[in-house]
Amino acid sequence: MAQKKKEAARVMGQKQLAAGIFDLLLQTKLAGQACCGQFVAVYPKDKSMLLPRPISICETDRKAGTLRLVYRVSGSGTAEFSGLREGDSVDILGILGNGFPVQKAVSGMTALLLGGGIGVPPILQLAKEIGCAKNVVVGYRDAQCFLKEDFEAAVGGRDKANGEMGGVYVATEDGSAGTKGNVMDAIGANGLKADIVYACGPMPMLRAVKQYAQRENIPAYISLEERMACGVGACLGCVCKTTQVHHHTHVRNARICTDGPVFEAREVDI
Amino acid sequence: MNTSVKIAGVELKNPVMTGSGTFGSGMEYGEFVDLNRLGAVVTKGVSNVPWPGNPTPRVAEVYGGMLNAIGLQNPGVDVFIERDLAFLKQFDTKVIVNICGKTVEDYLEVAEKLADTGVDLLEVNVSCPNVKEGAIAFGQKAEALYDITSRIKAVAKQPIIMKLSPNVTDITEMARAAESAGADAVSLINTLTGVKIDIEKRRFVLANKTGGMSGPAIKPVAVRMVWQCANAVKIPIIGMGGIATAQDAIEFLMAGATAVAVGAMNFVNPYATVEVIEGIGEFLQKHGIDDIHEIIGCVK
Repeated sequence: MAQKKKEAARVMGQKQLAAGIFDLLLQTKLAGQACCGQFVAVYPKDKSMLLPRPISICETDRKAGTLRLVYRVSGSGTAEFSGLREGDSVDILGILGNGFPVQKAVSGMTALLLGGGIGVPPILQLAKEIGCAKNVVVGYRDAQCFLKEDFEAAVGGRDKANGEMGGVYVATEDGSAGTKGNVMDAIGANGLKADIVYACGPMPMLRAVKQYAQRENIPAYISLEERMACGVGACLGCVCKTTQVHHHTHVRNARICTDGPVFEAREVDI
Repeated sequence: MNTSVKIAGVELKNPVMTGSGTFGSGMEYGEFVDLNRLGAVVTKGVSNVPWPGNPTPRVAEVYGGMLNAIGLQNPGVDVFIERDLAFLKQFDTKVIVNICGKTVEDYLEVAEKLADTGVDLLEVNVSCPNVKEGAIAFGQKAEALYDITSRIKAVAKQPIIMKLSPNVTDITEMARAAESAGADAVSLINTLTGVKIDIEKRRFVLANKTGGMSGPAIKPVAVRMVWQCANAVKIPIIGMGGIATAQDAIEFLMAGATAVAVGAMNFVNPYATVEVIEGIGEFLQKHGIDDIHEIIGCVK
């Protein structure tokens, strides 16, 4: 396994994608070892804010050595990040977490890739790496469907759905784009079938995904989040409940930062 | 230049150790720092049986610090000895095991199991504010602290360090109780009990409601308490609370701590321990100090 490091990354650019949603491109040596579904922890410069903010990796360009982070401003730390400009330096800790098991989706399968809200970004790199037929369903509050074009470019667009390609489907809470409702509603409305599911999003969505996968008797890999401190498995701040006694902790808890953030849905009690 | 210090006859190559609960059992930070360089590794609290800890959220950031209410989650002493201790013993550093329990008997069981395992020192957690039974109940009344200290001292094969709570009226009274009951050293401070409220949701941020505050914001309180205890007891003091830099560590040493621990700052800067060790060396060199003991307790 690659070694984790704290290092200064260089800001290559930043733009706003939607209300409160920012798209930050960083150049860092750590990019070379990043896998989809992993995350980095980004440090605020304001030292009154001690802890680095865990942010999922939206896209990795290993050759260019860049990481794309798409995040929501949800407090003073991320508000500070939204002011980063090209040429700035920002400290990051990474690469953290286990990532999505891309290899579980093998040729002949159809994979369903689900992203909800600020859980949408990590699904993009996954969509690029999944080798089999795939459909992407992304859910938003409203018609500000950030990254939708990126998904269409990565997956092929719903009109071109064929063979190894797939479709991109949208759900919005207010019905202003795609299916009105959540990603589960969009799966039903479009009659999508899957042999394997990958998902990142808010807890109610992940609970629904877990139930869906159980009903369909297919594997589901879900990415969880929790308030985090160290990010490296030492502090035990960011645990989730597991269905069995976990092999590392020896209690029914797993560390989201290191044992996750991606878990097979049956492993976790959510 | 001599940077080695002794705690109850155990010689540390330098005075810098890790704060219990902030360094796992060393494994997680071995990727960042060479554990051989540390004066000692202090492990996360270990109980007689596995403890699941508290519900989440367990951590929250506050201005210049953080709150935690982990609730001493740990895999239990048997797994600890087999896995974590075996890992730590590969390194040329002293091993201090922090022990916790709900009853005095729980502590004694852990101490007995660790008796012949090559652990250098035991640190007794009588100050965790985040568990309902045990722990802090033993650390907020001098009589209870005296009782548990003397009972653990009677069975422990290693010297014992009592880790004191700052959430008391007079911490020197607690340090004196520990000393008179036979403690070999005291460590302080554990976290300060705090609360953070989410004003939009009108509820506590932590599932446990209260949590222990750590981080740079608590350092002046910790230095004050170390200085007070240094003037109250003769046993060595291990000082901690918000140490981020060598300058912070030197304040604790000058206030009377024989050794220091880097705690929450490991979460912020995983290289903090080694940077503090190097910075202390640079400070001594810059001021032409040959032996670290020249600065320990130099501010009365």
